[in-house]
Amino acid sequence: MSETKKKAEKAAKPAKAAKDAAAPAEQTAPEAVATQEAAVQEAATQEAAVQEAAVQEAVAEPAAPAAARSSVRKTYKLYIGGAFPRSESGRSYAVAASTGEFIANAAQASRKDARDAVRAARSAQSGWAKATAYNRGQILYRIAEMLEERRDQFARQIADVEGIELGAAYAQVDAAVDRWVWYAGWSDKLAQVLGAANPVAGPYWNISSPEPTGVVALLAPAAPTLLGLTSVIAPAIVGGNAVVAVAPGAAAVPAVTLGEVMATSDLPGGVVNILTGDTAELAPWLASHLDVNALDLAGVPTGTPLARDLEIAAAENLKRVVRPAAGYDWSADPGLSRIKPFLETKTVWHPIGI
Amino acid sequence: MANAKSTAKTAVSGIFEYAPAPESRSVVDLKASYGLFIGGEFVEGSGGAFKSVNPATEEVLAEVAMADKSDVDRAVAAARKAYDEVWSKMPGAERAKYIFRIARIIQERARELAVLESLDNGKPIRESRDVDVPLAAAHFFYYAGWADKLGYANLGPDPRPLGVAGQVIPWNFPLLMLAWKVAPALACGNTVVLKPAETTPLTALLFAEICQQADLPPGVVNILTGAGATGAAVVAHAGVDKVAFTGSTEVGRMIAKQVAGTSKKVTLELGGKAANLVFEDAPLEQAVEGIVDGIFFNQGHVCCAGSRLLVQESVAEEVVDRLRERMKTLRVGDPLDKNTDIGAINSAEQLARIQTLTEAGEAEGATRWSAPCELPERGFFFAPTIFTGVSQAHRIAREEIFGPVLSVLTFRTPAEAVEKANNTAYGLSAGVWTDKGSRILWMAQRMRAGVVWANTFNRFDPTSPFGGYKESGYGREGGRHGLEAYLDV
Repeated sequence: MSETKKKAEKAAKPAKAAKDAAAPAEQTAPEAVATQEAAVQEAATQEAAVQEAAVQEAVAEPAAPAAARSSVRKTYKLYIGGAFPRSESGRSYAVAASTGEFIANAAQASRKDARDAVRAARSAQSGWAKATAYNRGQILYRIAEMLEERRDQFARQIADVEGIELGAAYAQVDAAVDRWVWYAGWSDKLAQVLGAANPVAGPYWNISSPEPTGVVALLAPAAPTLLGLTSVIAPAIVGGNAVVAVAPGAAAVPAVTLGEVMATSDLPGGVVNILTGDTAELAPWLASHLDVNALDLAGVPTGTPLARDLEIAAAENLKRVVRPAAGYDWSADPGLSRIKPFLETKTVWHPIGI
Repeated sequence: MANAKSTAKTAVSGIFEYAPAPESRSVVDLKASYGLFIGGEFVEGSGGAFKSVNPATEEVLAEVAMADKSDVDRAVAAARKAYDEVWSKMPGAERAKYIFRIARIIQERARELAVLESLDNGKPIRESRDVDVPLAAAHFFYYAGWADKLGYANLGPDPRPLGVAGQVIPWNFPLLMLAWKVAPALACGNTVVLKPAETTPLTALLFAEICQQADLPPGVVNILTGAGATGAAVVAHAGVDKVAFTGSTEVGRMIAKQVAGTSKKVTLELGGKAANLVFEDAPLEQAVEGIVDGIFFNQGHVCCAGSRLLVQESVAEEVVDRLRERMKTLRVGDPLDKNTDIGAINSAEQLARIQTLTEAGEAEGATRWSAPCELPERGFFFAPTIFTGVSQAHRIAREEIFGPVLSVLTFRTPAEAVEKANNTAYGLSAGVWTDKGSRILWMAQRMRAGVVWANTFNRFDPTSPFGGYKESGYGREGGRHGLEAYLDV
């Protein structure tokens, strides 16, 4: 990575040090403008993103107050039942940027939090499933709208926690927004594409249609943070399931922010619940929970003892399990690969007569 | 009991007199012993032998080879070779012709298959002749047509077979379950190692002969007779890419654990405890027929049996009275008699399980009533039985009895009906009886079950997907949906 590009990134990041009053705001703004030119030359595709970020950064910073101002930091909490509680365990863990810089203390979810989240998901599920497909589609689309509006915030967070270039972070946010839009459109097509009118050999009306499987536990991948979490949540909820998602480690930062997006998108509380912390600690409780109907192992590497143990625990109540594909490309077209495993097919018969 | 018997005789004789109408056994040519079907030939097994018994008479029908691990190795190797060299390369249109041939031969030998099925399983000939065998042929006919149309199945542009399918099937519908497993597997281009149930291996072995008659390439279908250990070895074999199982939830759970951490694709069709709901506005005469069909069809050895009758309180007494009257006319006995409604319980072991659970029903306080019928002195038989005064906590309301035993509960409101119907770990099927269309659809939407029969029960068709929610398993068999279990999509 070139020096100028690094500077561009640095400029566009929240620049916590600057915000925290160690440095006056004016010092940031000229640097951003200067690097903006360099960015144009170096990466045409990233131009818009960096420019937008840099300009916003420049605008966002107050016009040189005489005394330095300390920023108000956000507390990163869990997202359960539409609310943002701390972990009942009182535990938290420090999330650092890839540079080592402290970002936040995220809530370290416990077994009890996992169980609370399952309960919240279960109570929300039937209402969500009863909502019309049109309504669910609009809410997923609303999530895309809210996400788009927070594009810069997410890009910075992703760049920070994943240690990727800002341009790549923007690309991830864009992919996540587009994915929400893609799944939003599926809500009222699934029954047509996955259902069937079956020509049975007799005087019977016979129709098969997809229905949600219930409560789905999702173990999101460590990276890509936002796209990975989006790619496991959206397909599970579009068909009417409620979910409990585990965002591991530093993924907590964009994950909790995604929770804020959902909380302001008319998504009923409890349809999506987000736990942050350690997948290896939380996953066994979710895999063995008898009120969880399905499990997406996305964030657990294939072939590990953990993956096997979770699958064994899930067998107790015959959960539907999605095994991770080795080397899965989260940016690739997912097709229906994560929608179908979390749908049941119901077939209804009725005699035809007068 | 003597009193009950005479009452029954009076009740029945008042309506009909039946002369015995036995189906001839001569159409079946049973050998004294059978080997395993591997690579297109019958070969000797390495694990000894066991006997298959006629549950209606307890006579030994034939001795059958017990496949051990080395036999499983041989069968999987034969299936792999056939897959690699022949079956996966063959154009779908050509595969289809073999499957169509099989369908036709099943139709041609239908009587023989039906008699053999009734002999080995104990089910009434009326049922094996009119349900099991025709449906088995229909399954092959249906899936044969898919073999060259997989690209149109809405499963992606180029769906590929999985490889070798290990299939383990139960004893309640031996040939039909074979058809449900083998037909879609072959249509999708997979080869098969099939393990029929220990107590009902004979129609699968006759099916092996049918494969030979159809000139099916050697190794495409392999049949390994044996017990639980044989099935477990098939499931665990590293050369098996796909596991399909129909049977108890308990064994299904073991299989799910066994394949954990592997890349095997699994479908499980497991137990059930279906609710059959009768609303006060239902046509009660039809509903009673549906209740009888729901629980006494195939001696209640049906995973989707309507074993929990939920009746609206206002008509509960009337429905139960009518049901008792109807049950008095059910004819229990010789499976080969064309007048028989209820045949033999499949095995002494299953009979013991039914007895244990019905005893638990009485001990827990439910009221038992059994149809006053004369049971044959030999063989395994159980009189059709209902329990009233059953609570949701009773074992007979929670556990799958897999016999001709019905638990009757009541409800007042549709919401309560839904609540009670769904109060089970299972979710295979459900029934609802009402004259009101909007209520049928309302109920159908809310019942957590893979198949909902409205104003009918226990209907099956190759075009109609079948399979469960929750602990009744996952995956679907039948219809376009049934293809997905055998394709890499």
